[in-house]
Amino acid sequence: MAQKKMGKQTLQFSSAPVITSAAAVVGPKEGQGPLGDKYDMVCDDTYLGEKTWENAEQKMMQYSMELALEKRGLLPADLDFYLAGDLLNQIISANYTARFLNAPFLGLYGACSTMAEGLCLAGILLEGGFGERIGVSVSSHHDTAERQFRYPTELGAQRPMTAQWTVTGGGSCVLERIGTGVKLTHATIGKIKDMGVSNSNDLGSAMAPAALDTIKTHLEDLGRKVDDYDLIITGDLGIFGHTLLKELMQKEGYPVERLSDCGVLIYDPNQDTHSGGSGCGCSAVVLAAHLMEKLHKGEYQRIFFVGTGALLSPISVFQGETIPCIAHGVVLEAPSNE
Amino acid sequence: MPAKKDEGKENSKVDKQAIRERIKEREALIAQNFVLAEQEMTRLQQELQKEHQKVLYWEAKAKGAEKEHFNGLRLEIERQQKRLALPEQIVYQSTALRLAPKQTVVKNVVMAFLVGGTICLAGQVILNIFLQNGLAEKEAGAATSALLVFLGAFLTGLGYYDELGKVAGAGSIVPITGFANSIVSSAMEFKREGFVYGVGARLFTVAGPVIVYGTLVSILVGLIYFFINRANFTLL
Repeated sequence: MAQKKMGKQTLQFSSAPVITSAAAVVGPKEGQGPLGDKYDMVCDDTYLGEKTWENAEQKMMQYSMELALEKRGLLPADLDFYLAGDLLNQIISANYTARFLNAPFLGLYGACSTMAEGLCLAGILLEGGFGERIGVSVSSHHDTAERQFRYPTELGAQRPMTAQWTVTGGGSCVLERIGTGVKLTHATIGKIKDMGVSNSNDLGSAMAPAALDTIKTHLEDLGRKVDDYDLIITGDLGIFGHTLLKELMQKEGYPVERLSDCGVLIYDPNQDTHSGGSGCGCSAVVLAAHLMEKLHKGEYQRIFFVGTGALLSPISVFQGETIPCIAHGVVLEAPSNE
Repeated sequence: MPAKKDEGKENSKVDKQAIRERIKEREALIAQNFVLAEQEMTRLQQELQKEHQKVLYWEAKAKGAEKEHFNGLRLEIERQQKRLALPEQIVYQSTALRLAPKQTVVKNVVMAFLVGGTICLAGQVILNIFLQNGLAEKEAGAATSALLVFLGAFLTGLGYYDELGKVAGAGSIVPITGFANSIVSSAMEFKREGFVYGVGARLFTVAGPVIVYGTLVSILVGLIYFFINRANFTLL
């Protein structure tokens, strides 16, 4: 049997499970962003005809999964497992979506790294031969996140320049053990990094060290160089966090030209988000809409997708705790030409 | 991956009509959902899921009036999904209700009466003592309230009031000592989150609604009283 664990934290999927379908559903602000025409569905408002934002977020997650299934011609009943998570207390968006889909469900919480976490676990399940098809979804919603983590949405508070804008959107992937699509070849499971940042309005700088640690470990584990990848893309460090990560990487002697961040790509600087996007939805919709397309077109042959998560809670913030951060990475390769 | 997109164009027209008709047909089936066999239910559920994601897919691609149309169709499907799930839930809930442990209502009421009555009796005794010692009626009332609030807060701080509440229920919540308990317990609980975001922000988590609606009702009652008085006055 081929070696499955490489180095300290990296898993090798020799059967190379594939992402056969992916879909992204976003809110209006994301629709106006630079990737606006790539999403599968852009909603007209942030309510989606629901009474609450929480319901709207759940619907976005559900719709993204349904669209991903429909694109592939599958039904929820075809899923062996459904892995999902979001930012709300007790991951309610994921729970209600799983209720709708009626598939065996494992709920995940990795804050904004949940998409990467889900892909890692899906890879493990498929590589282990425990199923044929797995759905992975995540979602976030600007207004539900504001309500839970910060202030009432209509409060006239001034956001600091390091603050990021939680992406309103849901992203889903369908992974299959056998098939054609973007290949999942490796996963690196991250460790918690806490550099003592306790400002919940500055998650970018809190998470950058975690991203660095995972990228470094990954390259060491596989004996690869940055140049082996067309792109190393982090989840939601945002503009400030991305700048910091570049600085840290440069100090360690890595080239930084191929480094990018979903939180930087998702909004236009004119959209007044301050430091870019964040939230589970951020990396998920950029992956589902933008990165998948580039991989399918062959513009990228191999990328390292690093989901970054700040694992804080409103209570831990008020109690003055620092923010534990994590980053999980997966290697995605363009579909082979068959 | 986006391969299916265009081949569906031709197909989708046929399907759309089919789905619309199927919704109508299904309506009759769902109407008798209490007698449907489990297999049939599962089949219908899956059929609805399939149609839902298909219509959603068209809706995502469509624009303007067509989008509205698909949206309407999808809402119909969602309504049927909810209705289909209903009987199973109702049957289960009635089973659960039948087997649920009985609430000890009589015991609760008696204990509430005894404890609540005792607290009120204590209040009366305190009031009488104040009156005897020469306080005017209004002042004696205020002093009694203050003392009871203090006692409620003090016992909460010592950790006795919640033990009392466990036995007494409404008997220890309704009197003014219960109000003191609701505020002091919040203060103790949220001190861990600091004095601003903890105590300051959440002191009235429990007592807040009492204050807001108590004030509101007192204003309403005052207004009613005022207008009745005026009516009497003008009639005279």
